[in-house]
Amino acid sequence: MITRTRLASGVCALLAALTAGLAFPAGAAAGEPTGQDAPKVDLVLDVSGSMRARDIDGQSRMAAAKQAFNEVLDATPEEVELGIRTLGADYPGNDRKTGCKDTARLYPVGPLDRTEAKTAVATLTPTGWTPIGPALLKAADDLEGGDGSKRIVLISDGEDTCAPLDPCEVAREIAAKGIGLTIDTLGLVPTAKLSRQLSCIAEATGGTYTSVEHQDELTDKVNQLVDRAADPVVTPVPAEGADRCSAAPTLKSGLYTDREEFGQQRFYRVDVRPGQELRASVSVGADRAVNPGHGVLLRAVTSKGREIVRGEAAGTGRTDVLSTGLRYPKADSDDEDAPAEAVCLAVSHSFSPASGVKTTPGLPLELTVDVVDAPDQAGDVAAFGLGRGWWLLGVLILAGFLAGLVWGWLSRWRVAVWRTN
Amino acid sequence: MRVIRALSAALLTVGVAAGPAAADASPSPSQDGSSAPTQAGTSFRTATEIEQGQRATASGSTGDYLYWSFPADTGQRPTVRATVKLPETHAAQTWQIVVYDGLRRRQACQYGAQTRTAAADASSVELACVLRTVRAWSEPWANDPLPGTYYIRVTPVGVATADLGLPVGTEVRADSEDVGGSAAVDGSLAEPLVPGIASKPEEEQQDAAVLAGLEPEDGWTSGWWSDRWVWTAVGGILAALAGVGGYALTRGTGRPSRVPPAA
Repeated sequence: MITRTRLASGVCALLAALTAGLAFPAGAAAGEPTGQDAPKVDLVLDVSGSMRARDIDGQSRMAAAKQAFNEVLDATPEEVELGIRTLGADYPGNDRKTGCKDTARLYPVGPLDRTEAKTAVATLTPTGWTPIGPALLKAADDLEGGDGSKRIVLISDGEDTCAPLDPCEVAREIAAKGIGLTIDTLGLVPTAKLSRQLSCIAEATGGTYTSVEHQDELTDKVNQLVDRAADPVVTPVPAEGADRCSAAPTLKSGLYTDREEFGQQRFYRVDVRPGQELRASVSVGADRAVNPGHGVLLRAVTSKGREIVRGEAAGTGRTDVLSTGLRYPKADSDDEDAPAEAVCLAVSHSFSPASGVKTTPGLPLELTVDVVDAPDQAGDVAAFGLGRGWWLLGVLILAGFLAGLVWGWLSRWRVAVWRTN
Repeated sequence: MRVIRALSAALLTVGVAAGPAAADASPSPSQDGSSAPTQAGTSFRTATEIEQGQRATASGSTGDYLYWSFPADTGQRPTVRATVKLPETHAAQTWQIVVYDGLRRRQACQYGAQTRTAAADASSVELACVLRTVRAWSEPWANDPLPGTYYIRVTPVGVATADLGLPVGTEVRADSEDVGGSAAVDGSLAEPLVPGIASKPEEEQQDAAVLAGLEPEDGWTSGWWSDRWVWTAVGGILAALAGVGGYALTRGTGRPSRVPPAA
């Protein structure tokens, strides 16, 4: 017994050590480059005249924003490259044209020098207009380059005053251009109109909208957003689907992104060898106002156009994405040099734009492709054809009993026959 | 049975031993290795991974789409619960919880309040979704739950514009009931339905980004074990005993009376 216990604990310790080693071999590797560029965040702060209003915990909106920025700058993780941009900080006049160009880079996106950034923030005084659209465009330029995640955090207390440029459409254009760029918006003591505009901007890029009434809420939220930017995420690879199977780009396992316009069908191709299984899932995002009632269809078709399997999803009402998936296990082949089969993935959706909403660029599409080894096969409904339950026991006992009886009678009869001979 | 029990005990010990080790190894400021996550993702790609039985919390805003993911294995019937703490003043709001599988297919809830409307003065709303039992295998044309990653999405579906952006607190928890051999089916997947499993980096890196990395506490089951083995084996033994019994019945006791003792 003692030996066994010792052995068992030894095995436990060994297993523990092994697993700990396997799962977390990289205690030392933390902080090493992971082959991905640093995440970039651009904080865009509204410094328009309305920021003078004293309605956040008794202090002015500007003072609250400054204090929040100071705390955020202290808490920013090392790996994040942070920049600050202002809008409406410099031009106090009444000329709309000039006022709507008023956006400036306060602190460039790059490795953070906390003191310098704080000094820059301290100089701000509420001044001019609220050119949200132009500021977003410039902020997107600030973030250019690198393949890390990119995030714009827009803090504003008033809606855009520079129509007809709709900041919502600007956000959509930016998201269509840059891969993995998200815009989060914060409204300081917002009106219903500002809420609608800022949440529209956020939804256009898959970001979040928060309304802020207190200073600590502002600090917490901006901190949360900066931390979120620092979390490592898989960045999708841009792909461009074709309108027919024969022209489709060939994809390997990975995460891809594309844009699909209303009423379009996109094709991608994946090579599947015998004995492999194709797994694909697709998400189509609703980044603008769409009518209720929508669907997504993902089909795996052969190069000849025969449908193998499909995944479909339908929904109604408010949603960020609609997604579906499929898997296609290809049976193993005896022939070792059997060629790979080109399977085409056809994606279509039935979103329809709400009236007055621009239809370009297309809706964002995310495609996950996994080709794994070994297909699956099942010969029986139950596991290995095994049985279970009282009925099974009853039947087995009855069959055994009958077999015993018959065997007994048979042997008696044989003994009797032998006797008489 | 003893071997299995010993093995699971060993694995449990490993889990306990590895927990603090993980906390030690990752001095990341934003995440606490051993405690439950306090953040939520905002898309499938950024979904926060949670273990079953963990109570994950997150602060968000009304209108956010909050995502979590958890692993579920063969024979489990997961139940997902979410509680949303609503702001002090708000209009009536409708909240929804949706669960997707590793292929991002929406999974049906057998029962549970998947969508619920909170009255204007309600302080919280509770949502629940009981999934179907996770099977080891199903036909590619079916939508059955399979072992792998499951995504949870919590979001308001009906909300007044004035309420957009107001802070809410959410809490989710995924538990599962072990259904056992009655759900054991033949066949198994070569790999669990974990997104990105084919493009995982070869050598494991601490902070390399993956779509989903969590496994069940004691790893994915190989799929060969179910209590059907016990039932069938016991049935076989009982059948053999019944056979002996039946045989004995036909023989009576001792020698047949008409056989003379001198034969």
